[in-house]
Amino acid sequence: MRTKGVFLAGVAILAAATMTTAVPNGGTVSGKVTYEGTPAKQKPIDMSKEPSCAKQHATPLTTETVVTGPNNALENVVVYISAGAPDDSTPPSQPAKFTQKGCQYLPHVLAFEVNQALEIANEDQTSHNIHPLPKTNREWNKSQPPGTPPLSEKYDKPEFIPVKCNIHPWMHGNFAVLKNSHYAVTQGEGSFTLPNLPPGKYTIIAWHESYGDQTQEVTISGNETKTVNFVFKAKPY
Amino acid sequence: MEEAVVQPAHVHAPPEGFIRKHIFSLDHKVIGKQYYGLALVAVFMGMALSWLMRFHLVWPTTKVPGLDLLSSTGAPGGVITPEYYLSLLTMHGTLMVFFVLTNAPFAGFGNYFLPIQIGAEDMAFPRFNMMSFWVTFVAFLVLVLAFVIPDGPPISGWTAYAPLSAVGKDAGPGLAWGQSLWAISIAIFCVGQLLGSLNFIATTLDLRTKGMTFMRMPICTWAWFITSAIGLLAFAVLLPACLLLLLDRMAGTSFFIPSGLVISDRLQNHAGGSPLLWQHLFWFFGHPEVYIAILPAVGIVSHVLITNMRKPLLSAKVIIYSMMSIGFLSWMVWGHHMFVSGMNPTSSLLFSFPTLTITIPATIITLIWLGSLYGANLQINAASLFALGFVSMFVSGGVSGFFLAQPSIDIYLHATYFVVGHFHMVMGVAAIFGILSGTYFWFPKMSGRMMNESLGKLHFWITFVGTYCIFMPFHYLGMAGNVRRYSSFVNDFMAPLMPVHKFISIAAFVTGGAQFIFLFNLIYSRFRGKQAPENPWNATSLEWSIPSPPPWDNFGGKHPVIYHDPYQYGVKGSKGDFVMQDSPEQV
Amino acid sequence: MGKFFAVVLTLIALASAYPIVTHMYVQPVDISTHGHAIDEQLSDTMAEAGFAFLGAQLLLAFFVWRFSNRKNGSKVKHLPGGAKLMVATAFIFVGTEVLALGVLGQKAWAEVYFTAPKQDALQIQSQAGQFAFYFRYPGADGKFAPLHPDKIDEGNGNYFGLDLANDVEARDDIVTAELAIPVNREIHLLMHAKDVGHSFYVRELRIQQDFVPGLDLSVHFTATKTGKYEIVCTQLCGLGHYNMKAYLNVLSQDDFDKWLKEKASEQ
Repeated sequence: MRTKGVFLAGVAILAAATMTTAVPNGGTVSGKVTYEGTPAKQKPIDMSKEPSCAKQHATPLTTETVVTGPNNALENVVVYISAGAPDDSTPPSQPAKFTQKGCQYLPHVLAFEVNQALEIANEDQTSHNIHPLPKTNREWNKSQPPGTPPLSEKYDKPEFIPVKCNIHPWMHGNFAVLKNSHYAVTQGEGSFTLPNLPPGKYTIIAWHESYGDQTQEVTISGNETKTVNFVFKAKPY
Repeated sequence: MEEAVVQPAHVHAPPEGFIRKHIFSLDHKVIGKQYYGLALVAVFMGMALSWLMRFHLVWPTTKVPGLDLLSSTGAPGGVITPEYYLSLLTMHGTLMVFFVLTNAPFAGFGNYFLPIQIGAEDMAFPRFNMMSFWVTFVAFLVLVLAFVIPDGPPISGWTAYAPLSAVGKDAGPGLAWGQSLWAISIAIFCVGQLLGSLNFIATTLDLRTKGMTFMRMPICTWAWFITSAIGLLAFAVLLPACLLLLLDRMAGTSFFIPSGLVISDRLQNHAGGSPLLWQHLFWFFGHPEVYIAILPAVGIVSHVLITNMRKPLLSAKVIIYSMMSIGFLSWMVWGHHMFVSGMNPTSSLLFSFPTLTITIPATIITLIWLGSLYGANLQINAASLFALGFVSMFVSGGVSGFFLAQPSIDIYLHATYFVVGHFHMVMGVAAIFGILSGTYFWFPKMSGRMMNESLGKLHFWITFVGTYCIFMPFHYLGMAGNVRRYSSFVNDFMAPLMPVHKFISIAAFVTGGAQFIFLFNLIYSRFRGKQAPENPWNATSLEWSIPSPPPWDNFGGKHPVIYHDPYQYGVKGSKGDFVMQDSPEQV
Repeated sequence: MGKFFAVVLTLIALASAYPIVTHMYVQPVDISTHGHAIDEQLSDTMAEAGFAFLGAQLLLAFFVWRFSNRKNGSKVKHLPGGAKLMVATAFIFVGTEVLALGVLGQKAWAEVYFTAPKQDALQIQSQAGQFAFYFRYPGADGKFAPLHPDKIDEGNGNYFGLDLANDVEARDDIVTAELAIPVNREIHLLMHAKDVGHSFYVRELRIQQDFVPGLDLSVHFTATKTGKYEIVCTQLCGLGHYNMKAYLNVLSQDDFDKWLKEKASEQ
């Protein structure tokens, strides 16, 4: 009798442990993403064909295919756990927000989860035509006249999807549709943190839109912080 | 071939049962009404699309209530997107040119009246005739299907230039199934027209009754005959063009698509094709097509004018030969749609000469009408008002063509509102006026009841003034360089032109509203109109010698014998001021 | 009611002619060397068309006024001269008009299309693609590097598909979103279509020419006045057609040289 009770309790604890992916006070993987070599020059964008956007930028924007920070930091890198953590069965209820403002996509790389609501807003005075170009997910393209409500979409498969605006050729962005909530997008210093990891062996991938992806493995045994750094080779062309 | 062979008393048995009488009918009169009814549905759809377009141009961010129910991607929150505007534009042109202007004046009235006017019991091939309508109806359904599919109707215009129309969905919304449905619909439409044209030609050549020589056929019969000859050749070119387009879209061929195209960041998998080939094929059909749209109206208007002037034209023969010359020249001018297309500039010059030359027969026809009005005893009624309005519109539309016929001027005016003004005046107004004139004139014969004259006149005045208010300003916009097929006017130089656009849109809504007066008149009179006598207009052609409406076999098994041409009005020494074609009275 | 028709038609005809006669909506000032011939052709045609338009509409109005609602028993009569007069008028009047304008119009057309660009014309390549125009200047080596459609990367500003990694001569090509040209210098504009049909239209230059995918087309022109002018697309090319434009910036030779240097440094 007693063994049965212990056995059942053990099953329950194991079940609970595997159902939750984030463990408060769990382990952390953090690090920095940098580059070596000379990255391609980012060119200024001439928006003269869209005066209402051009006047929003006192100094013209530059292309964003390689965005760098101090000390060779590489921005807009999506660092995520591709294996070792279970997929989220229900996506977060908060929508992921993507904005068209000043004829630019903000953020340049938007990471969110499979089946999570994606909300796309147009804050400009011109129509935009948002056209994500997936390979495995369903492709759509929709126009958004100014002043119309945000578009709502979602993707049901994990994928990195380039996004373009059909009307403004310089506008480019990316969607990173991921399977779980263990992800981060590097900004200024190139650093990332993936907290709340239960013990286990994990595969971490760092993805950059121009330089592809790099993989590393890391093992978490308790609530320690493991450092994982990525270095991408930059090319001038 | 001056006299026809005498036919047996009946070529087919009287129709029995509701389906045979009203649905799958072999009777050319029912088929004519079916074509007319289809054109009526198409014209109101086409007009509604134009109202949405005119509304969007002037109030681009205003919601159209309920439109998001028809298309949630095309009009999110009721605001028309750029692609939806273009799909409205494409469907407007397609519906109007094919399902209204080729249907009503030619297939509609022609089917109804050509056999009667030559004294025949029916068309030469009644079964082909029935098939031609139902094939056209299927084409209509296929086209309209494009509105309900998720990706929407095509956005490449009624002209569907390649590669935009040929590469598929990478080039934009509506260019996947929407464009394919368009091409399938038009291909089916071509088949219907070929069947119809064959019928008209065979009937006119073979089934004229005793005494009905070619020169005794009414001018409108001639117009239908010439139109059907043009149609047979023109649609025979459009059909393979649409099939080639479908092959490029679905079978991986590259008739119209060259290599190296990158669309939506994707390198297209095609090589060796020529976009100009599509333009040549399309316009080789497209230019004769506009004469298919206008010649029946020229014939109807001549017929209505003669009756209401109570005198013949200065020369019917000259009108007939002029129509034939227009038909002949129409094959030589297609390149004037392509002056700056990238084709050899010498070709452009060569095409401009026959284009300018067509002005001559068109002027002859206009001068004959004008000259014939001199000394007339002009009766003013709804039919004659629309006929006179046609003459005015034909002049206006023709005169603007004079500019576009010259390649050097076309450099400036091509693809501006000047072109849109030109073709709307000749097709969108003049040809429609021909249909309306024919309607008011022949409604009593077709239904046995008179239309309401006062409503008809009111309809005319609002439409006549309204269409001038809409389309004359298009020419001024063109002179200022206002580009066409734009869903919004965001360019610097177009901002000062917005007040003109506002004026046009309001005129369009008012004029469009007046068409409901006509629709009401049509429907009300059909059921409650005054009984119509056999010959309410005291006209001479054969349709006025039979009851209103005519019996199923037109002449009750008899074969009328013809003694005169249909222009015996104001004849000296006759009992009335007219002599009917089948009257043995000597004059 | 016939008289009412005549009055309304007369008012319509006069109202239609009014904006033309008072030059309310006209072409903008011509800044090209060849445009004068086109403008002359246009105004000659306008005069003849105006005459034909007013003549026909007013004649129609007059006849309807005079010959409708006539007294009972009025006899019909025929125009002296009959059909023969009408046919002769059409042939003589329209025939000469047609021939004159057709023959004279050749000159204006020939100036644009039958003259070759001068040897020292400045060559600039324009590319039309959904939904913008981009321009390429050959750079210091004076050569245009080959285009590789598979290398097009718009997010990176590589609109033309230059292979900068492998084609050394591509590295000095100057790609811009604005067509700047020196005033009074002949320009030979090469025209390349990236995806579907487009067209190049500058009202003030009196130039309009389609871009055809697969065809190497070009136009040549000389601008005579400095200033900023709009280049708009006039061939339906998809949903963004209405917003497909660029600016033609006609500069003095000095300003143009400065501009080109600045653009070169941005590549």
